[in-house]
Amino acid sequence: MNNKGVDKSKRQFLTSAMTVVGAVGTGYLAVPFLAQMQPSVKAMAAGAPVEVDISKMETGQLIRVAWRGKPVWVLNRTPEVLATLKTLDAELRDPLSNESEQPASSKNPGRSLKPEIFVAVGLCTHLGCSPTFRPEIAPNDLGDKWKGGFFCPCHGSWFDLAGRVYRGVPAPTNLEIPPYRYVTDTRVIIGESAEEKTV
Amino acid sequence: MKPTRLTECGNWVLDRFPVTKFWNDHMAHYYAPKNFNFWYFFGSLALLLLVNQILTGILLTMNYKPDAKLAFDSVEYIMRDVPWGWLVRYMHSTGASAFFIVIYLHMFRALLYGSFKHPRELIWIFGMLLFVALMAEAFMGYLLPWGQMSFWGAQVIISLFSAIPLVGDDLSLWIRGDYVIADATLNRFFAFHVIAVPLVLVMLVFMHLVALHEVGSNNPDGIEIKESKDPWGHPVDGIPFHPYYTVKDLVGVGVFLLFFATVIFYMPEMGGYFLEHANFIPADPMKTPEHIAPVWYFTPFYSILRAIPDKFAGVIGMGGSIFVLFLMPWLDRCKVKSIRYRGGIFKKALFLFVISFIALGYLGTQPVTPVATTLARLFTTIYFGFFLLMPIYTRWEKTKPVPKRLTRLHSLEEQLHTLEEQLPALIEEITELKSVVTEIGHPAFKGTFFNRRPSPQGMAHVISRLAKKLKGSLD
Repeated sequence: MNNKGVDKSKRQFLTSAMTVVGAVGTGYLAVPFLAQMQPSVKAMAAGAPVEVDISKMETGQLIRVAWRGKPVWVLNRTPEVLATLKTLDAELRDPLSNESEQPASSKNPGRSLKPEIFVAVGLCTHLGCSPTFRPEIAPNDLGDKWKGGFFCPCHGSWFDLAGRVYRGVPAPTNLEIPPYRYVTDTRVIIGESAEEKTV
Repeated sequence: MKPTRLTECGNWVLDRFPVTKFWNDHMAHYYAPKNFNFWYFFGSLALLLLVNQILTGILLTMNYKPDAKLAFDSVEYIMRDVPWGWLVRYMHSTGASAFFIVIYLHMFRALLYGSFKHPRELIWIFGMLLFVALMAEAFMGYLLPWGQMSFWGAQVIISLFSAIPLVGDDLSLWIRGDYVIADATLNRFFAFHVIAVPLVLVMLVFMHLVALHEVGSNNPDGIEIKESKDPWGHPVDGIPFHPYYTVKDLVGVGVFLLFFATVIFYMPEMGGYFLEHANFIPADPMKTPEHIAPVWYFTPFYSILRAIPDKFAGVIGMGGSIFVLFLMPWLDRCKVKSIRYRGGIFKKALFLFVISFIALGYLGTQPVTPVATTLARLFTTIYFGFFLLMPIYTRWEKTKPVPKRLTRLHSLEEQLHTLEEQLPALIEEITELKSVVTEIGHPAFKGTFFNRRPSPQGMAHVISRLAKKLKGSLD
């Protein structure tokens, strides 16, 4: 083949232009391919608020309800627990919940609307295991420093009974508090914010 | 002689599709060093297991349902109602664990004989990519039975991605396809496990082998056989892979299958290590099992994650513990490949590394306690110390002279013969004769007997001699 008289720069330009067009086209195709792995419309629509009846709860009792596929705890805290919570600040990473996730109405030391009723998403902020409820004081396996709280069996994170994380454990922040409000004194709706509709 | 019709037919194909050339290049005329030992079984065994996983996997997909409502029951259905379903499933689940045993030994071989070093860096890189792909494959496969361990294990591992700053939460949402592990997650993991990752694995195996056959195999002496060739251009210390090593590997396959079948038929759960007990309970998003641990082959890395008391640093530590392996060819500054001629400092470092890897693996299966956390931190330090200090300590290494040609070790037969000669003396040393006066049944049958009893002193001597020998071999 004779390459004489061929305009090489034109050839180079055409090759480069085609490469760019091809790359842009691949980029456009990548968007739907990757985006179709996002949550579907159905998955996003799921997650209606859940109503919980707390009238039959005894003090010290914990119940679990499912909200958006996640475990949500409702705990009726005893006066002793509330007293202990005030003494723990020095051992906690974020005692005032400045870096943690909660509705503004729950941003108080007890992290709740009413002091005794504690509501939280029961998933560790480390890697999402559901911590176990360990209200007893200084059990054998957890040692003398344990004042009652939530213990994550997966990676050993400690939380107090207000879901506040201890220092020196893997979890970075306090347990998440979901939006919730009281319909009546004994009925709680999880998933609706107390700020929007005041009781 | 006039070619027969059959030969002509054969030639017609060969002119168009060079099967013979391929066979010769990679089998019959591929020269491998003649001193391959025990450690060289694991490459071909890994290939065998890949075939096992693909075949049994195809059969399992015929009855498995990738649906959060049906998955758990469909696995039970395979186990109870599908003819021979239990066998196929146990071959697949045991195959996964066996794959990792074989791969870990295969990687350890590379550390022993310096198979990752120049000119085999790319073989090592492809091998490491294979290891990562294999971990992804195993992890996604473990979600499919939709048991408690499947669910919470996946929850933990996917949450690892959320620790990445800025994009982490969106990334883990994208991987899950829902706000929690749900049907969408199960369905996509099925797709990845059955199609995407196996294709990647097969492609990487191909690249691993092409790279290997280009530069040639390393060997226990760590010398290049291509440097001494006979007049016909064949390495003098090499033998054709087929039939010599196909036959040797078949022996390995036979022994391996003996163990493999024993596990499949008598202990498919392996005491909760191959199939975890909590995974016989259907997934419950409300409750994490009391003690969750990944399957054994992930536990060393999981221990490292747990040992670091910070979410992001923990994830970096775990990722780093795998990534640092990729850098092996450049971290090790010693020119000598085989451990046979390397200095004592490397032998000791490798010994410590193996100890810490096994210890981390064990700790990863255990619940978190303060003592276990302290130990895990110690072993994590040793683990990273082995790699990160390597550029320093391998420089000081006092290596032994490397031979030009392959050496010959005493054969097993000769070793057994020596052992046979030494055995009576050894037994004499670790035991002592004691006279015992006993009555048998009736006082009239009183007699003195001589009994051989273990002698603690003799045993201590033998152990200290063995320890000295071990220490000597580490220098």
